Amino acid sequence: MASDVDNLYFFLLAVTAFFSTLIAGLVIFFAIRYRRRSEVELPEPITGSTKLETLWTVIPAIIVMIIFGWGAKVFLSFNRAPADAMPIYVVGKQWMWKLQHLEGQREINELHIPVGRAVKLIMSSEDVIHSFYVPAFRVKADVLPGRYTSIWFKATQPGEYHLFCAEYCGTKHSGMIGKVVSMEPVAYEAWLSGGPREQSMTARGQTLFQNFSCHTCHKPDGSGRGPALEGIFGKSVTLQTGQAVVVDENYLRESILSPSSKVVAGYQPVMPAFQGLVNEDGLVQLLAFIKSLGPQAAAPPPSTGPVPGTERQNSKP
Amino acid sequence: MSTLTAPTVPVETQEHYLNSNYGIRSWLLTVDHKRIALLYLASITLFFFLGGFFAVLIRLELLTPQGDMVQSETYNKLFTMHGIIMIIFFLIPAIPAVLGNFLVPMMVGAKDLAFPRINLLSWYIYILGGLISLGSIVVGGVDTGWTFYTPYSSTYSNSYVIAAGLGIFVAGFSSILTGLNFIVTIHKMRAPGLTWFRLPLFIWAHYATALIQILATPVLAITIVLLALERGFHIGIFDPNLGGDPVLFQHLFWFYSHPAVYIMILPGMGIISELISCFSRKYVFGYHFIAFSSLGIAVLGFLVWGHHLFVSGQSAYAGLIFSVLSFLVAIPSAIKVFNWTATLYKGSISYQAPMLYAFGFIGLFAIGGLTGLFLAALGLDVHLHDTYFVVAHFHYIMVGGTVMAYLGGMHFWWPKMTGRMYPEGWARFSALVVFIGFNLTFLPQFILGYLGMPRRYHAYPPEFQVLNVMSTAGASILGVGYLLPMIYFLWSLKYGPLAGPNPWGATGLEWRTASPPPTANFKEVPIVTEEPYEYSIREIKVV
Repeated sequence: MASDVDNLYFFLLAVTAFFSTLIAGLVIFFAIRYRRRSEVELPEPITGSTKLETLWTVIPAIIVMIIFGWGAKVFLSFNRAPADAMPIYVVGKQWMWKLQHLEGQREINELHIPVGRAVKLIMSSEDVIHSFYVPAFRVKADVLPGRYTSIWFKATQPGEYHLFCAEYCGTKHSGMIGKVVSMEPVAYEAWLSGGPREQSMTARGQTLFQNFSCHTCHKPDGSGRGPALEGIFGKSVTLQTGQAVVVDENYLRESILSPSSKVVAGYQPVMPAFQGLVNEDGLVQLLAFIKSLGPQAAAPPPSTGPVPGTERQNSKP
Repeated sequence: MSTLTAPTVPVETQEHYLNSNYGIRSWLLTVDHKRIALLYLASITLFFFLGGFFAVLIRLELLTPQGDMVQSETYNKLFTMHGIIMIIFFLIPAIPAVLGNFLVPMMVGAKDLAFPRINLLSWYIYILGGLISLGSIVVGGVDTGWTFYTPYSSTYSNSYVIAAGLGIFVAGFSSILTGLNFIVTIHKMRAPGLTWFRLPLFIWAHYATALIQILATPVLAITIVLLALERGFHIGIFDPNLGGDPVLFQHLFWFYSHPAVYIMILPGMGIISELISCFSRKYVFGYHFIAFSSLGIAVLGFLVWGHHLFVSGQSAYAGLIFSVLSFLVAIPSAIKVFNWTATLYKGSISYQAPMLYAFGFIGLFAIGGLTGLFLAALGLDVHLHDTYFVVAHFHYIMVGGTVMAYLGGMHFWWPKMTGRMYPEGWARFSALVVFIGFNLTFLPQFILGYLGMPRRYHAYPPEFQVLNVMSTAGASILGVGYLLPMIYFLWSLKYGPLAGPNPWGATGLEWRTASPPPTANFKEVPIVTEEPYEYSIREIKVV
C-alpha cells in the first residue's frame, strides 16, 4: 500500500517538476529574450489565441482527471479491508493511545502487530478528535468521539514505526505519540502469550453482557423482548420506519447507547439507554462479544458489511 | 529610478487628498476611500508584524526537537494567534481593503465608492474586531488552532475561545461591507464608455472576490455563533456527548474558510495581471479567459470545502465528489498562469521591482497550485493531510502568492498613493531577499510533510531537525525581506523623489490623474474610448 501511495507521489512530483520548470523556464527566457531595449519600442499587439487557450485548458484537464482517478483508486483500496483482517480496537484520549487485541492484550502508545497479516483498526475517542497516523504505512484516519472509524494496513517487514496523533487535540498534542512494532508471526505469537494472563475481549464482553443483564431480553432463540443477536453482525435489519440498516459497529454502538433511535421492526422501544453506563473500552468488548456470536458458534461470520468510516449512518433524530 | 535627480523645487502647490485637510479628526471621520485605504494600510501592517512576531517565536521553538523554549500550551497559543491574525486581520483585508479601496473607484473613473460612510464603518468594525481579538490574547490567548475544531474548542479548551471567536465574528462584517461596496460601485459607477470588457482585470478579480465575501462570510458568522452557543450554554450541536456531530463543524467552517482562500488569492491575481501587462507593454494575453477564470474560481471555490475532510470520517462517496471538484478548480488557476506567461511573449520587458514581485508570484503560485494537486488526490492526501506538506502548500499560496502580489502592488501604486517614488535599488534587492528567504523557509517543509512530520507539533522526533533548522534560517531571511520595504517606504514619504501622474507609463484611469490624486480623484469625469492595456498601440508617456 505504501508503494501505491509513493508511486502516485512521485508521478505528481514529476508533473510538478515539469510544469514548474516549463513556466519558470518560459518566464526567464521571455524576460531575457524580450527585455526592453529601447524606451520607445512598441511590441506587437497580440491579444490572445483561442487555440492556445483550448490547449492549456484541455491538457491540464486531462492530467488532473488522471490524477483524480489514480488517487481515488488508492483511496478506495484503503477503505476496503480484507475480510480476514485482524481487528484491533483503538481508543484515543487526551493524550494517549489505548489499544486492545482480541486475545485480551492491552497496550498504551505501542501497537504490536504480526508481519504479513492485514490489521484493521476500529477506533473511537473518549474526548476530542484525534487522528491515528503511521507515516511509514501511509495511513491516517481521524478518531472521533461518538462513533467508530477504521483503517487497515499490512506490515511487510519487521521494525518499529512512528505513531503520531495528527489532529490537533490540545496541550500535549505533540506528546500523543507512540510506536507500531511489527514482528515476525512467531515472535508475535510469543509476545501475545507473554505478559500477564488476560481474558480475551470476547470473554470480557460476555461478562459485561451478563452484568448488564442484556441476555434477559436478547435471547438466542429470538423469544426475548429484544432481537436475537446471534449472527446479526454484518446483516441488514429492517427498522420500524421501514428503513433497512446494516448492522455494523456504529449501529451496534448507537443501539447500546441510545436504543430508541433506530428500533428493529417488530420490537418495542423498551431498552434502557446505556449512555454513561458503559465506557469506550467496555463498548468495544461488548462489540467483540456480539460479533463472535455466530449462528454456528464455531465460525464467526465474515465481515461483509461496509467498513465503518465509509458509511455515515443517518444522523440521530 | 534611483538615478533620477530630485526635482529642484519640491514645493507642493497642488491640493490633493492628503493635504486637503489636516488633523486627526480629518482622518478618523474621513469618508474618502483613499484615506480609508491608508487607515487600513496602517492597521493591517501592525497586524502583519504582530502575526510575524508570533511566527518568529514558532520558528525559534522548532529549531530544536525538544519543546524547550516555551511551554506546549504557549506554543499552541502562538500558532493559533499567528493563524487568526495573519488570515483574518491581514490576508483577507490586505489587498481588497487597502489597494482595492484605493483603486476600485479610480479604476472605474468614480469619485468614491458607492457607499463612502459604509466604507468608513467597515474600517471601524475591523478595528473593533481586531481589538477584541487582541484583548483575547492579552487576557490569556486561545489555543484551539485558527480552525477551532470541535469538540475541543466547544468543550475541552480552557482558553478564551468565545472572545477570539467574537473578534473574528465582528471582523467578518467589515469584509462583507467592503465586498458590498465593490459590487455596487463596479455595477453602477463606471465612467462613460467603460464597458465590462474594458475594465482592468484588477476590477474583475475584485468583483469575484466581493461575491465570495458577501456570500461566504455570513456562514462563518453563523458557525461562530453555534460554537459559542455550545460552549457557553451547552446546547448540543457539535459535541457528541450533547448529541451533536463534531464533523458538522468542519463542514460549516470550511464552507467559509475554503472560499476565503480565494478571497485572499483572487485580488492578488488581479494585481499580477496589471503588473505583467504594464512592464511588458503588452495586452494581457487572453483577457476574457482571465476575467472569466476569476469568476470560475469564485463559483467552484464554493464546492470544494470537503477536501479538507478526506480523513475526517466523511463518507467515501463525498470524498470522491469533493476530490474531482477540487481538481476542476485547478484548471482556471492554470489558465491564468499560462496567460500571464504568454503575455511576456514578444513584449518589451523591464525589470522594475513590481515586475520582480510578479515574476516571483508566478513561480511560487505555480508551485503552490501544483502541490495542491497532491492534496486533492484522495489516496495521497491520506498520508499528507495535517502534515507540514499542507503547511508548506498553503504558505506558497498565501505568502508566496498573496503577499508577493500585495508587495508588488504596493510598489506599483506607492507613487500614486503618496506622490513619492520608493528607492528602486533597495526595492529590487528586497524582492530578491523575500524570494530566497521564502523558498528556504517553506521548501523544506514539503519534505518534512512527506516524511510524516505532523503540523502543530511543539516537539518532534530528532530526525526532522535538519530540515527545521533550514526552515528557521529561511524565515530569518524572509523577515529581513519584509522589514526592508517597511523602512524604505517610510523613508520615501519624506525623501523619495516626487512622482508624476504616470511614472510607469501605464494605462488605466488611475494614471490619468495627479499623484497623489485630488480628493475627487479626477478634475472631470473621464471618458473611456479604448480597450484596456493598449500598451502596444501607442506610446504612453512617463509623466
